[in-house]
Order: sequence, then C-alpha cells, then structure tokens
Amino acid sequence: MSDSTVVQEQSIDTQDAGRSNGAMLQIRDLRVWFELRRFGFGRAGSVRAVDGVTFDLAHGEAIAIVGESGCGKSTLMKTILGLYQPTDGEVAYEGSAVGKLGSLGLKQYRSKIGYVQQDPFGALPPFMSVRAILEEPLAINNVPARERGERIEKAMVEVKLTPVEDFLGKFPHMLSGGQQQRVVIARAMILQPGLIVADEPVSMLDASVRVEILKLLRALQASHDLAVIYITHDLSTVRYFSERIFVMYAGKLVEKAPVLSLLRNPEHPYTHALLAASVDPDARNASSLREVPPGEPPSLVRPPSGCRFHPRCPHRIEGLCAEEEPPEFESRPGHQTACWLYR
Amino acid sequence: MTDRSLLRVQDLVLYFRTSAGVVQAVDKVTFGLERGEAMVILGESGCGKTSLAKAILRLLPRNVQRYDGSVFLDDMDVMRLDDDDYRRRVRWIKISMVPQAAMNSLNPVLKVGDQVAEPMITHFGVNKKDAMTQVRRMFEHVGVPLDFVKRYAFELSGGMRQRVAIAMSLVTSPDLILLDEPTSALDVLTQANIMNVLKRIKKDMDASFILITHDIATSSELADRVAVMYAGQIVEVDTAEHFFDEPLHPYSKKLMASVPRLRADQEPEFIVGQPPSLLNPPKGCRFAERCGFRFEQCSQEPPLMDVEGRQVRCWLYAEEFEKVHAREAGA
Ligand SMILES: Nc1ncnc2c1ncn2[C@@H]1O[C@H](COP(=O)(O)OP(=O)(O)OP(=O)(O)O)[C@@H](O)[C@H]1O
Ligand SMILES: Nc1ncnc2c1ncn2[C@@H]1O[C@H](COP(=O)(O)OP(=O)(O)OP(=O)(O)O)[C@@H](O)[C@H]1O
Ligand code: SF4
Ligand code: SF4
Ligand SMILES: [Mg+2]
Ligand SMILES: [Mg+2]
Repeated sequence: MSDSTVVQEQSIDTQDAGRSNGAMLQIRDLRVWFELRRFGFGRAGSVRAVDGVTFDLAHGEAIAIVGESGCGKSTLMKTILGLYQPTDGEVAYEGSAVGKLGSLGLKQYRSKIGYVQQDPFGALPPFMSVRAILEEPLAINNVPARERGERIEKAMVEVKLTPVEDFLGKFPHMLSGGQQQRVVIARAMILQPGLIVADEPVSMLDASVRVEILKLLRALQASHDLAVIYITHDLSTVRYFSERIFVMYAGKLVEKAPVLSLLRNPEHPYTHALLAASVDPDARNASSLREVPPGEPPSLVRPPSGCRFHPRCPHRIEGLCAEEEPPEFESRPGHQTACWLYR
Repeated sequence: MTDRSLLRVQDLVLYFRTSAGVVQAVDKVTFGLERGEAMVILGESGCGKTSLAKAILRLLPRNVQRYDGSVFLDDMDVMRLDDDDYRRRVRWIKISMVPQAAMNSLNPVLKVGDQVAEPMITHFGVNKKDAMTQVRRMFEHVGVPLDFVKRYAFELSGGMRQRVAIAMSLVTSPDLILLDEPTSALDVLTQANIMNVLKRIKKDMDASFILITHDIATSSELADRVAVMYAGQIVEVDTAEHFFDEPLHPYSKKLMASVPRLRADQEPEFIVGQPPSLLNPPKGCRFAERCGFRFEQCSQEPPLMDVEGRQVRCWLYAEEFEKVHAREAGA
C-alpha cells in the first residue's frame, strides 16, 4: 500500500488516525486565510497564506520546508504552534485536534513545541540577561524556583554556551550572532519539547556559524529523539539536516519527498527551477547565465486558476494546467508531486 | 600599471574611535583591479568589508580615528583630493555604490524613477527630461518594467527594489561599481535573477565591480578574482579559478569547507572559535588561534606574500616566497 492511500483513509477520521499510525503531528487540508482590511462596503478578499496543506510528521523525524519569501512558511508554522486559528482543516497532535483544546490544553501543547523564530537578532529581548531569558519559560510553566538553576545550566551545556557562568549575566548585544542563536535554541529546548520548529534559524548567519548551528540542532535531534521542522529558502543546507523535504509554492506543498529522492530526481517544475538557481561555488558559474522562470510569485489574494505555477511554467499543458488544479501524484514510493505531468 | 588597470588600493587604513578603544576595521589593505574585472571580497560578519567599501568611497562616519593609504584611480591618487574635489570628480562619476540593504533604504515618498534620476541631476546638472530617458535605459538594463518609474518603493517586491538600487548606481556610467551584499536578503530565484543582471551589465557596459559578500557560492557567479578578508586584513588574493578550485590560506580552505554543497557528498565543517576582536587584534597572524597549521613563526605578523601571482598572508608560503624572490633576484 502506498503512503498516499494511507493518507486518504486516515483523513476520514483524524481523531483515531493519530493513534493508528503513530504520527506525532497530522496536518489535514489546512487553510489559513487573512482577511484584508475593508474599505467602505463589501469584502476586499483574503490572503490565502496557507491553502490546503496535508502532511504527517513522525516522532523524531526531521523535515525541511523550502520555498520563496511570502509563500506561507511562517504562517504554516505559527498555525502549528497554535498562534493562528485555522480557517479550515486541522492540526492534530498525538491524535487530538489542536483547535479543540481549551486554554489549559493549549498552554500544555505549546510547552511541548520549541520555537526558534526567524531573525535571531530580533528574537531576544535586549534588556534581559541570558539567565532571565532562559528562566522565563520555566516560570510561566510553574517549574519550582529551586529546580530552575539546574535546568538552565543543562540547556546551556547542551547548546555549548560554556563555561555557563561566563554567559549567564550577559545581555544579547554582548553576544555574537551565533551565540545569540544558541540562546534562542536553549530557550526552545528548556521545556524538553518533543518537536522543534526552526524558522530560518541560520539565514542571517555566516557560512561557518550556519553549519555549526545546524549541526548542533541535528545533534540535539538525535540525542533527544526530537522531531524538527526546519524552514528555509536555501536548498543546499537541507540534505545534511533533514530526512524529507516539502517544497512550498503560493500556499501549497507542491512536492513532498525524501531528501535524496528530491535532489536526484526532482519532479515539479518549480523544484527544478529552485535547483537550477542554486549553485555550488565554482569559477565556471561566472561564464553562464542561470535559468530563472519568468515573473514573480503570484498574489495570494487572487491566486492563478488551476495550477498556481502555470503562468511561469515552461511545461504548461494547454487546456489543462490553467483550468484544473493538479492533485498529488505519487510517482515513486513516498515521493508526491502536485503536477499534471505526473498523472 | 597595465593599461587595463583601473584601481590600485595601497595600504589603506580605516580605524574607528569608540568608548571601548580603537576598532582597527581596515588594516593596510592592498589590491588592484582591472577594467571590466569583477573582484569579490569575501569574509565573515564584522571582518571589515563594509568599512573597506566606505574607505574606498570616502563615506566616513564622524568617529574616524585614522584614515590613510592610497587609492589610485587610473593614475590619480584620489586620497590626495580634498572633499569637494573628491565629490566633484570621483563619487558617482567614477565610482558608485549599492550600499548594504539598499533595497530597504529607498526613499518612501519619492517615485523610484525620480530617485534614480537624482544623482544625474545633482552631480552632472543633466536636465530632468534627459535624466528620465537615461533612467528608462537603465531600467531596461536591469529588468525593471518601464511603467515602474512612476511607482513608490513600497509597491515593489524586494527583488525589484534591489534592481532599482542597482539602476541608481549605473545611471552615471561609472567605471567602478561597489556592491555591498546585494543578494544576501533575497530568495534563490531572485538572487539568480540579480546575478544574471550583473553578468549582463558587466559584459555590455565593460564595467568593473567590487562585490562584497559572505555568500561564497553566489560570489562565484560574478568573480574574476577573489580577495579574502579576515579581521580587518586581506589574507588572500587569487584568481577565481584558483580560489574556488583550491585556495591557499588556511582560513580560505576552512571557509570553503564550510559551504554546504548541493551536488557533492561532502559534509560541511565549521571553523571552531571566533575571529579576534578588532579592538586589540593579536600581534602575530590573526588567524593563529583557529589555525591547525600554526607554528613558531606565526607569533609574528605575516606579510602579504606573492606566490606565483597569487597573494597570501601566511608563513606556510614563506619558503615558496623566498624561492621566487631568489629566482627573481638572480635573473
Ligand atoms: N498576520 C497577517 N496578516 C495578513 N497577512 C499576513 C499575515 N501574516 C502573513 N501574511 C501574508 O501571508 C503571506 C505568507 O506570509 P508568511 O510570513 O507565512 O511567508 P513566508 O513564507 O514565511 O515568507 P518569508 O520567507 O519572507 O519569511 C504573505 O503574503 C504575507 O504578507
Ligand atoms: N562607525 C563605526 N564606529 C565604530 N565601529 C565601527 C563602525 N563601523 C563599523 N565598526 C566596526 O568595525 C568592524 C567592521 O565592521 P564592518 O561593518 O565593516 O563589517 P562587515 O565585514 O561589513 O560585516 P557584515 O558582514 O556584518 O556587514 C566591526 O567590528 C564593526 O562593529
Ligand atoms: S501542473 Fe502544469 S503548469 Fe503546473 S507545474 Fe505541472 S506542468 Fe507546470
Ligand atoms: S601564518 Fe601560521 S597561524 Fe597564520 S594561517 Fe599561516 S600557518 Fe596558520
Ligand atoms: Mg517567514
Ligand atoms: Mg557589511
């Protein structure tokens, strides 16, 4: 039985499905629309930031979500974290729908997910010391004061902010970009979550520091059996970091595949475009132009009909792609692509 | 100097005064650039790349503690010009710059076409109509739709705003364009688009570029030569072929090894430790603390040595350097 049939059967009853396949997180046909502000009468429409996203995340699994600025990556993550309400569809954690949790349940749920947000430089409060930053989540979650010191020290050792005493009293501006990002990760780890959501955790950092932080995250993933969702627009880092890649375009996941399957046999024309534009360092790059699809990502208020990539797609099929939205096709086990070329 | 030679920077120094002490941001930087050539300046955050660009273009903050050395443009040492002369004869006219984060610093209340026309009107006294004609030509070069001249910056995507910033640096047809991290904040597809634009301009206009970046993979899209900066100093100057194939300096080697590869099974490695403070940089080689090849001599500062046309600031190459020198002296 292929994975896609499993998915279809489970979507009939999500509440039981979580228990039956052991997935930690199940996202089913999730939509998150932001209503535009109205001018006068009538509705101006909505920004369809996430528009029909479905996937499962297993315990201890690392996935990467790749896509251009504005395609809805952060919105998807914030909805998973319970910060946004779904417009439609569902996020289920260990078999229970997040939308149906009461305020206490939601607080518990959030404490199980660590969040490493986009932009490390804005992520830390400037007037709090490292100690205070790490103590805050413990206090909010009623961890007794006498246990806090030990928990803080343990988290700092895990992210290699050592010797701990040197860093406890420091304020964010006294730390390098890489050290700041380690504080952010320590804060995300301190409640011992089962899942870490890392939204562009390294895009603002130098190459070497990037590798250091990604290796740190991966080591934590292995030693704590953590699930990780890693969001990025840089394809070159994902192969060292995650087991599966999801490619997102204009609010939708257009390709979902194991990392090497996607890098060696990319299917969706948009994935092809991303790969063609990403280069390895090589002096020969300077003597040729990169191939880039024309135009820019579409408006999410009035997205193109049919396949959302069709206005930019070199393989567009006349009479089909602009009219009908492609469903997901599974060309190889575990490799799904929403494109009519694979029907 | 060959007749293609355009720029020669010699022992350029820029230090800043701060409450904590003197920041030695640019320390005796020396390199040359030919017409039509693109030089990439690579280095980690804080190593002095933007300060070097500012020193070349004499865009100085108030807290300058020391600023000296030579910047020869053609055969004129522009460091000897007074500020008025420099403004009249060099900035915009011979050298222009796309500053770091330029796309986010366009004026929000001016139409982008008027903004791009501005340097021509103020620096060349061109009339508005001719200036706008030139603006349209530049928009075509960089791939901005012509009806965008009447739009405001906030109506444009990041990629389009960056193209506008590049158009602005081109309108006065300078010989040299300095680009400070022109693609760092952009997506891969937009990045590739911008690099395509720069490649085309380089070919069509025979312009020279200095491209400052910490993005090693993208830098190879434009580089004819590469200069690597570490803690305020240039530690290697090399042709792109040599550098991306196998650089010489131990720091350059580690920098290359830290780049994740999409098309090779080579696990990236990070460089242990941090660059030294520029407030009180170490006496000897500035990379010594992180270098696996360190030996006694490294406690003295290595000079930038010429090794068969490649330049490297590392004692490992001193023998090579001596040999070449001896050969030259003998000949
Ligand atoms: N709170 C909000 N209200 C209205 N629109 C929003 C809101 N948050 C995001 N959007 C819009 O939704 C779309 C998706 O935004 P999102 O931040 O999820 O993208 P992203 O993929 O994370 O982009 P980036 O790579 O730039 O971070 C964008 O068009 C954005 O302007
Ligand atoms: N006006 C200033 N006064 C004092 N110190 C300064 C000033 N401008 C820069 N510096 C310091 O000089 C050093 C070099 O800064 P610079 O901006 O040139 O680095 P950079 O290589 O461009 O870094 P990035 O990649 O982060 O842009 C840094 O330590 C910085 O803090
Ligand atoms: S469905 Fe059609 S338009 Fe969309 S990516 Fe596939 S071929 Fe291109
Ligand atoms: S001079 Fe010495 S310490 Fe410096 S890079 Fe060369 S070998 Fe390493
Ligand atoms: Mg985002
Ligand atoms: Mg800079």
